[in-house]
Amino acid sequence: MNFKLKVWRQKDPKTKGKLVAYEATDVSPNMSFLEMLDVVNERLVARGEEPIAFDSDCREGICGTCSLTINGEAHGPDHPGAACEVYMRRFKDSATIVVEPFRAKPFPLIKDLVVDRGALDRIVQAGGFISARAGSAPEANSTLVPKHEADRAMEAAACIGCGACAAACPNASAMLFTAAKVSHLAFLPQGQPERTSRVLKMVTAMDAEGFGNCTNTYECEAVCPAQISASLIAKLNREYAIASLRRNAGE
Amino acid sequence: MLDSTRSTSNLSYPAAEGWNLKPVTAFSSFCRSSIGKKFIVAATGVVLILFVVGHLLGNLQIFLGPDWVNGYAEHLRELGPLLWVIRAFLLVNVLLHIYFTISLAIENRRARPVSYKKKDYIKATFASRYMAMSGLIVLAFILYHLAHFTVRVTDPRFLLLKADPLNRYDVYSMMVYGFQNIFVSGFYILGMFLLALHLSHGTSSFFQSLGLNDKKLTPRLATAGRVFAWLIFIGYTSIPVAVLLHLVKPAQQL
Repeated sequence: MNFKLKVWRQKDPKTKGKLVAYEATDVSPNMSFLEMLDVVNERLVARGEEPIAFDSDCREGICGTCSLTINGEAHGPDHPGAACEVYMRRFKDSATIVVEPFRAKPFPLIKDLVVDRGALDRIVQAGGFISARAGSAPEANSTLVPKHEADRAMEAAACIGCGACAAACPNASAMLFTAAKVSHLAFLPQGQPERTSRVLKMVTAMDAEGFGNCTNTYECEAVCPAQISASLIAKLNREYAIASLRRNAGE
Repeated sequence: MLDSTRSTSNLSYPAAEGWNLKPVTAFSSFCRSSIGKKFIVAATGVVLILFVVGHLLGNLQIFLGPDWVNGYAEHLRELGPLLWVIRAFLLVNVLLHIYFTISLAIENRRARPVSYKKKDYIKATFASRYMAMSGLIVLAFILYHLAHFTVRVTDPRFLLLKADPLNRYDVYSMMVYGFQNIFVSGFYILGMFLLALHLSHGTSSFFQSLGLNDKKLTPRLATAGRVFAWLIFIGYTSIPVAVLLHLVKPAQQL
């Protein structure tokens, strides 16, 4: 298969970037999108040109490192799935494919398609953890978790922190990410002691990073590779309102 | 992902620093937060939706005859000071709704300084993406509508209308004469179309913003919200349409 690529090239954060056209020829339909980029890069290197910089790690959809906006969709056309799980057979032969980075102010561009998503880590650092005594694992039945609650916590914990929610959101809001991280611990007994302070701190951190605000378009859940439901944002709103009331009451 | 400790020290998180905030500060920090602002927009939106429903029920009495509409208008006038309290309450809601929406919209713009060259939307509806646009046009319509029927400055004929047999304002004839103008009716129908568009997203959206939603309810509320919005549209536009088709005629001749 042959494709015409239009790839965002930007030397460094300060230089102005632009879309540059490349030809991707003799591409196997069974290559992943990232493997196709690898082939394009090998040919660029052979010609003595600078290869296209992009993020990837596990290449099996579980790490959340790849961060491409392919033809205007975060992670490309194959939802749910990360960009590394998109195969070239998904595109029409000789199609033009536009490749851009995840765009949001809190995701500063480093080079080409690589952005710094440290903002998401800092939201988690603000409260997305539990304070537990370290040491050997406790006896399994010492803290009982109903199956139903465990399932709901697991659904939220599936978030791989890729940032596609913020990239796809018309407002560059990271509420789906924050909602997943807050809900995951709020569903579990281990998360209860810090439940009130956690949501307040994480939402404050999210706002301080400069993400936009949710307008309930649900574009985030459409691109989420972990299929996190936007109904968790309703849970986040609920948790935040209750936590604010509790803080008002001095609890 | 990369270099996660890069600028932690440069950012200050108020909640992390001052956990034991005084109640006033805690409330103001709620109102300044992304979720707090959404809450206010949603809560004021609910009030405005209730007004839209109530106003429609009042207007639809035109199909029951002049006695009903004129009597209804007279009842509202008899409320006296209470009417002004209600008007002030609605005005405060409108102002809060607009102020916080604009504040959110400005933040949203700033959150993506470099836009995509190509952007596709998969799930976001037209209505959900153009809420500010539909809202501002509805606001322009409301201002005209108030000048037209409440302050009565746009149509000199309204001053010629005599009181009805029970010595009440002849609101019925005022509505009929007002809507007989094709441009007035046209702008009215356009205003109602944008209101319906606004409500087709807003009616289900407030459940989400107020945290009253869950996975099962979301799709049902989305459908119900759309049905509600277009019923409102049909209800309101039925009046100018009926007037233009001469199905409703004025109670007095000018």
